[in-house]
Amino acid sequence: MMIDLLFRLRKAQVPVSITEYLAMLDGLNAGIANYDIDDFYHFARLVLVKDERHFDRFDQVFGDYITGMQNAFDSVIGEIPDEWLRLEAERLFSDEEKAQIEAMGGWDEIMETLKKRLEEQQKRHQGGNKWIGTGGKSPFGAYGYNPAGVRIGQKTARQGRALKVWDKREYKNLDDKRELGSRNFKMALRKLRRFAREGAQEELDLNDTISATARNAGLLDIKMVPERRNAIKVLLLFDVGGSMDYHVQVSEALFTAARGEFKHLEYYYFHNFLYERLWKDNRRRHNEVLPTVEFMRTYPSDYRVIFVGDATMSPYEITTSGGSVEHWNEESGVVWIERILEKFPHAVWLNPEPEEHWQRVPSIKITHQLMKERMFPLTVEGIGNAIKQLQKKH
Amino acid sequence: MTQRFNGTDTYISTDDLTLAVNAAITLGRPLLIKGEPGTGKTQLAEEVARSIDAPLFRWHVKSTTKAQQGLYEYDAVSRLRDSQLGDDRVHDINNYIIKGKLWEAFDADQLSVILIDEIDKADIEFPNDLLLEIDKMEFHVYETRETIVARRRPLVIITSNNEKELPDAFLRRCFFHYIRFPDADTMTQIVDVHFPKLKKDLLDAALKVFFELRDIPGLKKKPSTSELLDWIKLLLAEEIPADALHSDDKNSIIPKLHGALLKNEQDVHLFERLVFLNRRNKQ
Repeated sequence: MMIDLLFRLRKAQVPVSITEYLAMLDGLNAGIANYDIDDFYHFARLVLVKDERHFDRFDQVFGDYITGMQNAFDSVIGEIPDEWLRLEAERLFSDEEKAQIEAMGGWDEIMETLKKRLEEQQKRHQGGNKWIGTGGKSPFGAYGYNPAGVRIGQKTARQGRALKVWDKREYKNLDDKRELGSRNFKMALRKLRRFAREGAQEELDLNDTISATARNAGLLDIKMVPERRNAIKVLLLFDVGGSMDYHVQVSEALFTAARGEFKHLEYYYFHNFLYERLWKDNRRRHNEVLPTVEFMRTYPSDYRVIFVGDATMSPYEITTSGGSVEHWNEESGVVWIERILEKFPHAVWLNPEPEEHWQRVPSIKITHQLMKERMFPLTVEGIGNAIKQLQKKH
Repeated sequence: MTQRFNGTDTYISTDDLTLAVNAAITLGRPLLIKGEPGTGKTQLAEEVARSIDAPLFRWHVKSTTKAQQGLYEYDAVSRLRDSQLGDDRVHDINNYIIKGKLWEAFDADQLSVILIDEIDKADIEFPNDLLLEIDKMEFHVYETRETIVARRRPLVIITSNNEKELPDAFLRRCFFHYIRFPDADTMTQIVDVHFPKLKKDLLDAALKVFFELRDIPGLKKKPSTSELLDWIKLLLAEEIPADALHSDDKNSIIPKLHGALLKNEQDVHLFERLVFLNRRNKQ
């Protein structure tokens, strides 16, 4: 049964491996979380899920899985013969209580009510309150002493509480549904690493030390150099909204990959084409904007600039002033992109539209020319070629 | 294995967090903790160590930290210098091997707690370089050709602020827990352990303001638990009464001493603007 859970999780694209599955069994074996569904839920999540973005998917799968288990469980519970309950009751109830039962209309009647109540209970899974709440006053109060009765009641109570934990789906916001391609993108981006010695001098430079010591007539003269580090700096500029909505997934994958790969990474958004402003938070694009001029002043020209956009729009949006669909732009997109390219010589454009379509869309052709043929398709191969372009010396 | 963590008198631990810590102790797996800044990730290690009475070894990671530094460092430069000065120490290489935090913890006779704080600050390769050490709890010292094995598997607590993604191979070896921002009930408990003598009405008023503030969309830095505690400390010091916090007086909608809660100018401006709009709508 547990194997089923593992496969369901994998199907829902929660990256679970055998290692984690075995670790979970190990933990269950050690007695962590054996008798409480809440504990089991927390423990399974602790072991199987390694990123809060997957919590929501886990909650859904786990909810399904437990509901399935409970249905199986309920069918078993339903089959407990009346005689068992009665025997248990007779063994446990005091004479006074038995008399009370009689006063309520006899055992059989109570049994009937119990069954009805149980059915009701199973239909509405959150009926736990009624069952327990009335327990004190109703005839079923007496059942509190009955192990069988208690078990039924407790089960529902516990399930009711536990179900809430994953049914709430509190981690929905954290899920970014990244594409599976993210890992491949990462490998492609990794080629952009450029190691350089920068910053504090903390490594012994052996060659220089030897020659300096020799020059120093044999007295030790230590020379240090900064350590080699990945010194590449990247600016990502994303086109958002409009026609880019179709490419959200692949853009997210690229973003995820880039964020994992580069230490110096900054990102900004624009809409359709580059004009005099950029922004960082798309929800607040009208309030928090960064003038493109300031953007160009902020980052030194050794940053690599990667545009991500489909460049699919009316050609006027690029070539004429006032062409933007969102606002009045004093200067045309052509002017702005040329400014940026002048400031940042290492720049490429990644286009999620398939390369075959490029020739048919005038705005893509214009952008391709403006970028001096440095437009590449947003695929693993395209990124590879773009990276090669970015590494060229200008 | 009788050492169990159940929260302490100064740290409120939720059920799932308690389970996570105890599972990590029982199974000897590292525990990776993520969560919003200010939810007590780093403090957790200190409280766990105190609660189970184990020594704590803190390893604060910076962008220049190397995995090797946690194991040991060989100080070749001082040895070279000593050899020139004719110091006797030079003949024993052990004099120049400086133990790192992991080595110190491995040497402990009892269960110890290692805190690897803010692992995401380090270079991308950092977690990968620690795979074997964390898995097997052992490492090899090349200079002396000995293998250091942990006498007792320590509890490793790793915190991350999500600035970088951690490699899959590393994640696979860890348990992962995400500290959620506490709800109002838990928050009351947390404030309670820090300020036991706080008046009920002041606490209610403060929490109300606090959660309303967190709900404002677009704040650059949402106030967190630690900021709330600082703010309450200030309120107490200034002896501000509870009704001053939730007065509907139009001129004082901005909470008193908000500087402790809102940490940058833009947020304060945004907040003032919202208050202004709100006031205009009411009129």
